[in-house]
Amino acid sequence: MNAPMTFDSARPAREKLVVIGNGMAGCRAVEEILERDRERFDVVIFGAEPRVNYNRIMLSPILAGEKTFDEIVLNTAEWYAENDIELVSGDPVDHIDRERKTVVSRSGRVEPYDKLLIATGSDPFIIPVPGRDLPGVVTFRDLDDVDKMLAAAAQGGNAVVIGGGLLGLEAAHGLSLRGMNVTVIHLMPTLMERQLDEAAGWLLKQELERRGQTILTGADTEEIIGKDGHVGAVRLKDGREIPADIVVMAVGIRPATMLAKTGGLECERGILVDDHMVTSDPDVLAVGECVQHRGQCYGLVAPLWEMCRALADHLTERKLDGSSGYAGSVTSTKLKVSGIDVFSAGDFSGGDESEDIVMRDAARGVYKRLVLKENRIVGAVLYGDTADGNWYFDLLRKEEDVADMREGLIFGQAFALGGGALADPNAAIAALSDDAEICGCNGVSKGKVVQCILGGAASLDAVRSTCKASASCGSCTGLVESLLTLTLGDEVQTGASTMCKCTSFGHDDVRRLILEKELKAIPQVMQELHWTTPDGCASCRPALNYYLLCAWPGEYEDDQKSRFVNERLHANIQKDGTYSVVPRMWGGLTTPQELRAIADVVEKFDARMVKVTGGQRLDIFGVRKEDLPAVWADLGAAGMVSGHAYGKSLRTVKTCVGSEWCRFGTQDSTGLGVKLEQMSWGSWMPHKFKMAVSGCPRNCAEATIKDFGVVCVDSGYELHIGGNGGIKVRATDLLCKVATEEEALETCAAFIQLYREDAHYLERTAPWLERKGLEWIKARMFDDPDAVRRLAARFRHSQQFMQDDPWAKRAAGERRDLHSHLATVVPAGMEYA
Amino acid sequence: MEATWLDLGPITQIEPGMAATLPVIGGEEIAVFHTMRGEFYALVNKCPHRQGPLSQGIVHGDSVTCPLHNWRISLKSGKALGGDEGCVPTIPLKIDCGRIYLLRESVVGQKAA
Repeated sequence: MNAPMTFDSARPAREKLVVIGNGMAGCRAVEEILERDRERFDVVIFGAEPRVNYNRIMLSPILAGEKTFDEIVLNTAEWYAENDIELVSGDPVDHIDRERKTVVSRSGRVEPYDKLLIATGSDPFIIPVPGRDLPGVVTFRDLDDVDKMLAAAAQGGNAVVIGGGLLGLEAAHGLSLRGMNVTVIHLMPTLMERQLDEAAGWLLKQELERRGQTILTGADTEEIIGKDGHVGAVRLKDGREIPADIVVMAVGIRPATMLAKTGGLECERGILVDDHMVTSDPDVLAVGECVQHRGQCYGLVAPLWEMCRALADHLTERKLDGSSGYAGSVTSTKLKVSGIDVFSAGDFSGGDESEDIVMRDAARGVYKRLVLKENRIVGAVLYGDTADGNWYFDLLRKEEDVADMREGLIFGQAFALGGGALADPNAAIAALSDDAEICGCNGVSKGKVVQCILGGAASLDAVRSTCKASASCGSCTGLVESLLTLTLGDEVQTGASTMCKCTSFGHDDVRRLILEKELKAIPQVMQELHWTTPDGCASCRPALNYYLLCAWPGEYEDDQKSRFVNERLHANIQKDGTYSVVPRMWGGLTTPQELRAIADVVEKFDARMVKVTGGQRLDIFGVRKEDLPAVWADLGAAGMVSGHAYGKSLRTVKTCVGSEWCRFGTQDSTGLGVKLEQMSWGSWMPHKFKMAVSGCPRNCAEATIKDFGVVCVDSGYELHIGGNGGIKVRATDLLCKVATEEEALETCAAFIQLYREDAHYLERTAPWLERKGLEWIKARMFDDPDAVRRLAARFRHSQQFMQDDPWAKRAAGERRDLHSHLATVVPAGMEYA
Repeated sequence: MEATWLDLGPITQIEPGMAATLPVIGGEEIAVFHTMRGEFYALVNKCPHRQGPLSQGIVHGDSVTCPLHNWRISLKSGKALGGDEGCVPTIPLKIDCGRIYLLRESVVGQKAA
């Protein structure tokens, strides 16, 4: 008979599981394992921080003063004790010895393992700038960092946060709430650019600025400057210096792979793992932010839970939910800044087969965008109203077909699932009572709109001009269109054409609203006027850029990415991809020095052709984009500036020789031409603008087919407008006759400004004049005796910001990126070929 | 064979809404795009229509409008959009730790394709 066995010997020998990392991933993995098999492992957890496991994503609320440490503890000391887990805290593992199957801690403790789990998480990325090691430069990763920030905040003063991503903005918010004067420095033009598109990023920036933070986007840090052995300021590459008593570095994280690498495990960006979280060594597993799974590294908490389940299934050989390993995660993001609702999920980069549904509500500061592909949601960005974020995210993850609720989808779960009548917007609107408000801006009820439609307003435009519904912000455009359909059926007329397919507004409305609502940035126009696309198109972007430039001279900053190539590179692209360069020759005059400089440039840069243009200047053909700044430097050295032959702007002022040489000349036409050109060069216009001055009615300068032409006569100057020598030749109309050069110049300035302020983008003066009528133009200029002076004054005000030679700036190094290549690829062996 | 990637340097070289060029000796020049939504794409820098340099077009959404004749090209697929027919080769691209990488064999081998 066998002796009775003791309890200890009855229990099969337990395997030893060593966990490196006492964070959310490591502890969660252990919990999942215990849930499946309590008896299988003896567990030892090594943690670098001298404390129990806490909820790291709650550090932001701690910094903001909304939570205390006790509230964010996930695993208490009792948990470790109850589960027989040995916690080695404050003694991080220094080395993994896979041959002996041991780990060695910093204090020299050697711990053998049967299975090893690496959950080292990630390290904050420190940008390699001088001064990064100064006291007062902190990261935002653990409780010690938060303590340092709280200590700094207690002293008050200036905080600089480098990084406008999720973490950086949460740090900035906390420090701001703690009374510090906060500046956020972000390298990219859009905040949280990995989660948000331009439209949502712009709204977020506005709100943070309204709350008193200074947000510098497109700002590149050059150096952190010390003062008395402590951080004192941050200097940007553009020379700006921002005082700082504390600098928070929150530019990103990277997987902490050092231990795994020195232990000989396969790593790329992260530690490589399979679907069961097993590394290249079958006895070593890894989980959390330190791993790379199917090419992906994650920096968010949600994927942890799924990874830990897969890992525990595998280690215990017990599957709780019948899954077959980890298949990767779709993630969503929410910004933890109280009062600001931002949600982002999935892929919102669009695609060929994808379509956007955009809803903007300027009054409530809401922007919603869903990206659909084959009737399934693949991405979502929500700003200002994130109530439906989880619902969208759920539909996204389940890849549910949303075809049946597509119409109402953007209005949220309640509306889309409201069933029957509600899911069809037309039916929902038909069900509204007559006194229901349609247009909040102008206080127009449904009854009034219907009345106005029955009264003969058969198009959106007609409704807008008759009862003003949807004439302000346009957010009720869809409602008005539904009412048109409900009331008139097929008899609805499509009104005046819209600017492009991105908006329901025409050019005139957009220009008017930019002024009325004081809109001063492209994303702001798109938000306030309810653009239906996230970032416009190649038609509306350049138009908006021009309208803003015209409306807010000196204030609006030109947006290069909304410029056509010629205006971006300040040269004319040719069919072979090279450029042509036309220096300005004032009134068609030139000098030996200029001609020599041009000749030298042609030879030096191997330009293939030089041609005399129709506008009395020289065009140098075949210049490569990378040579343009050097070409301009040489031309500039001889005193020449850009001829703007590439721009929707003043081109040339063609002249004849006039009274100085010509026996028929009546006035100094050349001199006046030079003065006109000096007055108006550099101005951006709706389209190109050409002028000419002829010294007598023989009109050798062809002034009567120009946008603005002067024909000199004995008694003064005839001023002609609206001519065109293009596809459809149009002779000018006579605007007026003036007696002096000064009056001619003043009237010209006024006419240009009227054209600039009224014409549609890409509309030459000839079609503009035919659309508006000569009488309208005359009335605008001459009915009020002060009108010419006021228009001309606005033009001159604008010109003080425009007459800055773009070539000189480029030659001095501005926007070098536009003229250089990223690199040149020389395939191996090519050098010797 | 393991894929090898060409490191083109930090992503900050290209601002969103813009593109940069990469000449390839003995091959076609490549355009690397950074969209306003933060995505990166690489295409042969030639419009399928009349070989216009796509890198110089206006980028909107995930398409670019060619500067020569306003053809709209998908940055994802290289296909002409909006009723035009044609396609430009795309180059596999990845972003790693803030740097841009192109698949080497697609960069140097494109001429043979």
